[in-house]
Amino acid sequence: MAELSKTDEAVDAPAEVIEEKALEAFAAPVERGEPILQVRNLVKHFPLTKGILMKRQIGAVKAVDGVSFDLYQGETLGIVGESGCGKSTVAKLLMLLETATSGEVFYKGQDITKLSGRALKAVRRNIQMVFQDPYTSLNPRMTVGDIIGEPFEIHPEVAPKGDRRRKVQELLDVVGLNPEYINRYPHQFSGGQRQRIGIARGLALNPEIIICDEPVSALDVSVQAQVINLMEKLQDEFNLSYIFIAHDLSIVRHISDRVGVMYLGKMAEIGTDTQIYDHPTHPYTQALLSAVPVPDPEVREQRERIILTGDVPSPANPPSGCRFRTRCWKAEDRCATEEPLLAIPTRFKGKDTPAAHVSACHFAEEKAILAV
Amino acid sequence: MTTSHITAERPAAAPGDDETPVLEVRDLHVEFKTREGIVRAVNGVNYSVRSGETLAVLGESGSGKSVTAQAIMGILDSPPGRVSKGEILFRGQDILKLSEEERRKLRGPKMAMIFQDALSALNPVFSVGNQLGEMFRVHQGMSKKDATAKAVELMDRVKIPAAKARVNDYPHQFSGGMRQRIMIAMALALEPDLIIADEPTTALDVTVQAQVMDLLAELQQEYAMGLILITHDLGVVADVADKIAVMYAGRIVEQSPIHELYKRPAHPYTRGLLDSIPRLDQKGQELYAIKGLPPNLLKPPAGCAFNPRCPKAQDICRTDVPALVPVTEQDGAELVGRTSACHFWKEQIHG
Repeated sequence: MAELSKTDEAVDAPAEVIEEKALEAFAAPVERGEPILQVRNLVKHFPLTKGILMKRQIGAVKAVDGVSFDLYQGETLGIVGESGCGKSTVAKLLMLLETATSGEVFYKGQDITKLSGRALKAVRRNIQMVFQDPYTSLNPRMTVGDIIGEPFEIHPEVAPKGDRRRKVQELLDVVGLNPEYINRYPHQFSGGQRQRIGIARGLALNPEIIICDEPVSALDVSVQAQVINLMEKLQDEFNLSYIFIAHDLSIVRHISDRVGVMYLGKMAEIGTDTQIYDHPTHPYTQALLSAVPVPDPEVREQRERIILTGDVPSPANPPSGCRFRTRCWKAEDRCATEEPLLAIPTRFKGKDTPAAHVSACHFAEEKAILAV
Repeated sequence: MTTSHITAERPAAAPGDDETPVLEVRDLHVEFKTREGIVRAVNGVNYSVRSGETLAVLGESGSGKSVTAQAIMGILDSPPGRVSKGEILFRGQDILKLSEEERRKLRGPKMAMIFQDALSALNPVFSVGNQLGEMFRVHQGMSKKDATAKAVELMDRVKIPAAKARVNDYPHQFSGGMRQRIMIAMALALEPDLIIADEPTTALDVTVQAQVMDLLAELQQEYAMGLILITHDLGVVADVADKIAVMYAGRIVEQSPIHELYKRPAHPYTRGLLDSIPRLDQKGQELYAIKGLPPNLLKPPAGCAFNPRCPKAQDICRTDVPALVPVTEQDGAELVGRTSACHFWKEQIHG
């Protein structure tokens, strides 16, 4: 943490100095296993307004409400949660596509939420994104060559003009497409192939972090596995760190080193894949895991299923205290008044058990779940 | 033998064999005329559903699973689509021979459909009470007031909280799970004999998906309806279905009781689908992936449609279309309800 506080000291320094310092930090490599991205208390509130001329704010949709986590170099962090829990907003905040209401995102120790100019451009080069829907995330009027080559227009230092065509063909080859397809349009490709184009575009600038927002959910089952394999191969080849957002828990388990579970704008539980899937301590994680349809009728008959009642509450008006209490079977009075912190539960503290990982529940305990 | 005790465990699934099925599809062919040529979306599909039974139809997009359902319901876009051959027997009667008016009378009281995307399937400018009540007003000539009362009752049935207060709400005021419940309520309204659910939970989150599937299974048991569940998710199928038909490129490639299929698939495509699900012990390894892409139905491959992607393809697969044949034990003993359309099903199932 000592490294992180440096940015606070530099707040008064002139913008150029901050910029220089940030650029210097971004150029330095990060050792494998060291944190490359540290998110602290990230908050995004979308204002709700009333009136046409005189817009008054009457509230806010608390899409992300204090999320903290680390991403280590070379690892895959999976983020799971139901729709509306804020996982895609987190992705947009990390990409700096949305401005955070408060909180910090440290990339290599530098807070990137307040950057501008050259330093911001450098961050954007190093953090790239792969989108969910390969049908709408590619411009139908651009050829594949233009789509994948467009990042080079903005960052010409990566590939000089004469070299771009060759670079694009190389990228097509890397993602398993025929380099001769460079002049084709997106509609001439299938869903899986389009997602490969999206991945090639994400790789174009040799980024260090790729944020994947539901990269395979729009694809057919038999094609999903191909894309997942490709992503794993690329991670090894280019030493990438992934943030993998998805709602398919079995795929997240397959690809992730660590998994974070989000509920209504907050992290409910974070741990390694074994900790989360085999030793979940937060009731929401347990319910989520037990609800996953297991593709094996015999396992299905043995397992206990926790069926949650009701829907996710509105993020514009979240419940007091613990946000999950309205659907939780363990909820007591304490849950309504006191918000549980994301910390290692006291009962597991200092113990050498897989259950000793951070979990935001007052009554965190293990429950045997036949996981996916 | 394993098969016998499994069927014994689930008596509800196997009503008397002599009973005629609610629905029987025989050699159904559906084609679409397009500018590029004729797309044969369904090429000879056979299946049947009894009352109280759940048939899952599994397939990727473009496999013809939804088109088959649309043909059964009589809501095929035609033109360009048309049923070129085959029979659809509803309680023994070929409904393809009925007039449009007679078919309209079947939809609702006899068979109903639940669509995938409830938000676009419901009309945004009418309240849900109005849309639910429409079933009673149109088919039973009920008064508006009675129909609304019925709508409230139905919303209670599908466990929508505060049904009375919400009956005049519009579809956008409900959450995804609640909208899907309204779709289910609408399908159930006239207590049909057959419900076709086309990917009913694909657009929902897992926790809500579990709620909705449970509700559907419960109501199906209660009304003893036949249910055709169309899906691409092997997980959802395992949870509720009694038997399963796997479709590929407009044909059924394998049919089987649910337990059997997962234990030993008799078609390489099914095997591939099962293998491509990430499993615990494969962490860190490459996932098995079926290579290639689903075929273009304008130019389906010669022979078995799966042959370009099949790891076991031989010369015969490239020339001869395999028929859907009964699958037997190694000693020739019959396996009830199992068929496979693979030249090498013996090798596939018995290793």
